Amino acid sequence: MYQSVPRTNPDPRALVEAALAGDVRAKARLFTLVENGGSEAQLVLASLAPRIGHAQVVGITGPPGAGKSTLVSRLAGALRLRGETVAVLAVDPSSPITGGAVLGDRIRMQNLHGDPGAYVRSLSTRGAVGGLARAVEDLVTVADALGFDHVLVETVGAGQDEADIAAIAPTVVLVEVPHLGDDVQAIKAGILEIADIFVVNKADREGADQAAAVLRTMLSLVHHPEAWKPPVLKISAINGEGISPLLDAVAAHQKYRQTNGSLEAWRVERARRRLLDGVRERLFERLLATVSRDELDALAVAVAEHRIAFGQAVENLLAVGRESVSL
Amino acid sequence: MEQQRRIRVLVAKPGLDGHDRGAKVVARALRDAGMEVIYTGLRQTPEMIVEAALQEDVDVVGLSVLSGAHLTWVPKVTALLRERGADDVLVLVGGIIPQSDVPVLQGAGVRGIFGPGTPTTDIARFIEEQLGRTAAGVPIGAAH
Repeated sequence: MYQSVPRTNPDPRALVEAALAGDVRAKARLFTLVENGGSEAQLVLASLAPRIGHAQVVGITGPPGAGKSTLVSRLAGALRLRGETVAVLAVDPSSPITGGAVLGDRIRMQNLHGDPGAYVRSLSTRGAVGGLARAVEDLVTVADALGFDHVLVETVGAGQDEADIAAIAPTVVLVEVPHLGDDVQAIKAGILEIADIFVVNKADREGADQAAAVLRTMLSLVHHPEAWKPPVLKISAINGEGISPLLDAVAAHQKYRQTNGSLEAWRVERARRRLLDGVRERLFERLLATVSRDELDALAVAVAEHRIAFGQAVENLLAVGRESVSL
Repeated sequence: MEQQRRIRVLVAKPGLDGHDRGAKVVARALRDAGMEVIYTGLRQTPEMIVEAALQEDVDVVGLSVLSGAHLTWVPKVTALLRERGADDVLVLVGGIIPQSDVPVLQGAGVRGIFGPGTPTTDIARFIEEQLGRTAAGVPIGAAH
């Protein structure tokens, strides 16, 4: 029943065919190819392109230990009970020193193991900042094209500033827990601004009412230009309590996005951002290709020893690039 | 040309024993060697381990067994991997394995067996040699 997929130099088109026929290994290889990037990734994405646009994508973010993985496993389990299929992309940080990573989100997702309608992929940030891996957006595309009804994206433990998830998922759930801080924390800029739904997890513990009250107060201080008012829900993921109201809130938000045209606006905004990111990346690569290792080292030493101002050093590098990069 | 593939390892504990310190030490050590280690936690069935290995597209499955039940669990994992067309996945076993059981495990497809006191760097080096590439995915011997 399962074709053995050769590990080296697989034909991306054959992989797509096998994956669509249900071969788990072929699906996994597609994710790997796209995660690793390069021309093969582009080939895979191109052959999947006609199939995208059906999955509901939800981002789950929040501080380390808030219960994101447990919540994701509960959400996925509830969706599976409804007969819908789920792909989970769970991101954990990579070591800035070795590039290695321990990816432990699966530990909390035991209920999904062995269920062919649920696919869990653990991802390392591979050095990216912002709470996600660089390839996540393309991996969401792969999951969508492979026909999963839902894609749940779990970010790394995010504190205040890791807001990239808002560019990936049209609906973002922020998971908080009791005793995280006072009401000034709640009015700081950053991650609190991008959440569409607020969840106070571990509501079986003392302090949950207060945490929810702080969030509601914070939200009442903000004028929402959009008609959507982010709800604040208390749940206990570990006990499976409050999951159904959360799924209802997610569905309500996705419906809101679709009916008021904000989904289109979000897609355009996301495309704009991807375009600019792409240009930045390519320009950076081209520029670096024109600068020799020695030149870069010499400039770095000069900056470190305060012999040249940082801004001037950047201009010098750009000047080298301008001479040789044709735009 | 295929992009570089960073080495991905699944570390799992089949069966019922609750001692996962060894598995965590190995997971941490392979992380420090630059690999991506997926740790699945305790009390995994062979089916759960193999499904996770397939979904995560790992190069290596490392099984930690300290309960003495390695002859029960390990051959089931290798047989399931074969059945699912994934017998190219490198299977390693760590734990307390009597010398007389080593040929049995090797016959079942286990390529590396590591007992207590093995320097963790040996495990990382063994994996890189067997796969022919470094943790970051650079082919060994193709540097120039």
